[in-house]
Amino acid sequence: MNNLFVFCELDEGRPAEVSLELLTRGRSLADTLGCRLEALVLGSGLDGIENELFPYGVDVVHLGDDPVLEHYRTMPYTSVITGLFKQEQPQIALMGATTTGRDLGPRVSSALHSGLTADCTSLEIGDHYVKKTDTTYKNLLYQIRPAFGGNIIATIINPDHRPQMATVREGVMKREIINKNYRGELRRIDVSAFIKPEDLAVEIIERHMEARKVDIKSAQIIVSGGYGVGSKENFAMLYELASLLGGEVAASRAAVDAGYAGHERQVGQTGVTVRPKLYIACGISGQIQHTAGMNQSGKIIAINNDPMAPINSIADYVINGDVAEVIPRLIKYYKANAR
Amino acid sequence: MNGIKIVVLAKQVPDTRNVGPDAMKADGTVNRSVLPAIFNPEDLNALEQALRIKESYEGVTVTLLTMGPVRAAEIIREGLYRGADDGILLTDRAFAGSDTLATSYALALAVRRLAPDLVIGGRQAIDGDTAQVGPQVAEKLGWPQVTYAEEMHFEGERLIIRRRLERGVENVSAPLPLVVTVNGTAPACRYRNAKLVMKYKYARTDTELQAESSDYIAAGRPAIKITEWGVDAIGADPEKLGLSGSPTKVKEIENVILQSKESKRLTASDGDIESLVRELLENHTIG
Ligand SMILES: Cc1cc2nc3c(=O)[nH]c(=O)nc-3n(C[C@H](O)[C@H](O)[C@H](O)COP(=O)(O)OP(=O)(O)OC[C@H]3O[C@@H](n4cnc5c(N)ncnc54)[C@H](O)[C@@H]3O)c2cc1C
Ligand SMILES: Nc1ncnc2c1ncn2[C@@H]1O[C@H](COP(=O)(O)O)[C@@H](O)[C@H]1O
Repeated sequence: MNNLFVFCELDEGRPAEVSLELLTRGRSLADTLGCRLEALVLGSGLDGIENELFPYGVDVVHLGDDPVLEHYRTMPYTSVITGLFKQEQPQIALMGATTTGRDLGPRVSSALHSGLTADCTSLEIGDHYVKKTDTTYKNLLYQIRPAFGGNIIATIINPDHRPQMATVREGVMKREIINKNYRGELRRIDVSAFIKPEDLAVEIIERHMEARKVDIKSAQIIVSGGYGVGSKENFAMLYELASLLGGEVAASRAAVDAGYAGHERQVGQTGVTVRPKLYIACGISGQIQHTAGMNQSGKIIAINNDPMAPINSIADYVINGDVAEVIPRLIKYYKANAR
Repeated sequence: MNGIKIVVLAKQVPDTRNVGPDAMKADGTVNRSVLPAIFNPEDLNALEQALRIKESYEGVTVTLLTMGPVRAAEIIREGLYRGADDGILLTDRAFAGSDTLATSYALALAVRRLAPDLVIGGRQAIDGDTAQVGPQVAEKLGWPQVTYAEEMHFEGERLIIRRRLERGVENVSAPLPLVVTVNGTAPACRYRNAKLVMKYKYARTDTELQAESSDYIAAGRPAIKITEWGVDAIGADPEKLGLSGSPTKVKEIENVILQSKESKRLTASDGDIESLVRELLENHTIG
């Protein structure tokens, strides 16, 4: 009872990266709380999947393996999860901020009347004192995320409702195997006990899933452009520099919104979190929602014509100048000096 | 589907996409008053989907539903100018401070009272990017939901919807009643129609009317009044609204103090850039 649950999403039949990252963070939170870490996996044809989860320190894997769950659908998944949560009464439930997690999380939270915080950038355990009633809530989940407009980091809590729910994007937490011989317990969920016929009202006609095309997460060098790059055409310089350096092109949300780059390249709180060896921020002001996704980069170069741009304060090298002048020079001198 | 009733959920939001230099106060907090209030972008995509259904069938009505301060009536007028039939403004002190769960409780009660066949909302509102309200409303109504919709049409009595997912597309078929949330990749909303602007520019809520000048009154009778509903109109339990109805609480807000690194300052000159490239090559950051 009152354990920490992670909803483990599948990616082509294997545990999704974000779910393994959440298990890793979940393990350390569970250690702090002195509770167990439990994983919840739904799908079809999942024999042996538990063995891929136990090494992350999972004490119990709840497995719902049924053809009806083969592809994610809101209603049957919600019914199984809320049913199981009503039995198990988890204190915390985490899921990935993926298209699945963001469809499912609010539905589950609404059914259980528990709070949900989207896109957390950090999760901690701590106490909360309410002066008015002189009560201290012990060991709450601090759901930490940048809030409206940037420049503020809000810590959200759910003192009175359980489970405390949060979604986190891929790449925000680090994935780490705790012990490859760790063995927990496997419990099979009787899916039919939870699913009602009307849960199957929405039918999937067809799905076209594409392989992951752009992968900025694993790039060692990232050339990232912001609104200051000025146009989609100007982004060509960034591609040229990135390909010379063996890196990838990323972008700020303002650049994505302006159509300069695709959404899959967005770095930040509501994009991808990256930790490259080198991050070159071109025409990016450096609002917190952006820096939340890149401030752990090895080295940061900021190219900006505003000497006061916030990005400069986290940069190792600040180049005060116009992107359109600086990038061609970087290209030129790289070609001249690299061998 | 002839004769169906559609409710579009729309929110007025501060335009966080155009945060100008004066948007931050000296203490590092946001100066909300300088941010323009706009129709949440994806809610415009949602409205367009509703208007397309209205055009394709007989007797379809589109009602805009928004919860917010009196000022949010602006987006109802904006919706009327583009082809919506009417609008409801949910406004009451008791709604203030609601998190997504309390918001969806109020919206779901209002939807119940309107008794539509289809509810269409945006995927997410840009002031918080939570994308929670649509699914939470659906759950409160006990209806199925289809999120991230990009295109939809009826085949018989079922809606066929194309969903845009992170890594591909999925086509689903869903019965009514239904809640759909629309993705920003769906077609943009049509522009205002000049005739509709003429027709509806004097549409006001009761509260707005009280504040109107004599010029307004002299201008004549508006085509419609925008309905205002408070807590009583939707039979809401005040305990489930506002701060008391919100499971999530803000424990603290911290201003971000960027700790300055020791950074090297360079100019765009050839000399500076060349020595930077050499330094990065020497310490194997690149190369
Ligand atoms: C809920 C929420 C979630 C968000 N999530 C994200 C997220 O995940 N990722 C993200 O990036 N943002 C996110 N944002 C947006 C974020 O707050 C900023 O608005 C955004 O990062 C700004 O992008 P930018 O730096 O490219 O644009 P701007 O802030 O417009 O900055 C442009 C910069 O370019 C400089 N510049 C202009 N012209 C030139 C030139 N010729 N040469 C050199 N420099 C030049 C300017 O001095 C300026 O510093 C989010 C916002 C909200 C409200
Ligand atoms: N106050 C509101 N009034 C009407 N619709 C809303 C409101 N808040 C959210 N919505 C709808 O729910 C969607 C998701 O909002 P959010 O969960 O805040 O990201 C929005 O795009 C709107 O369609």
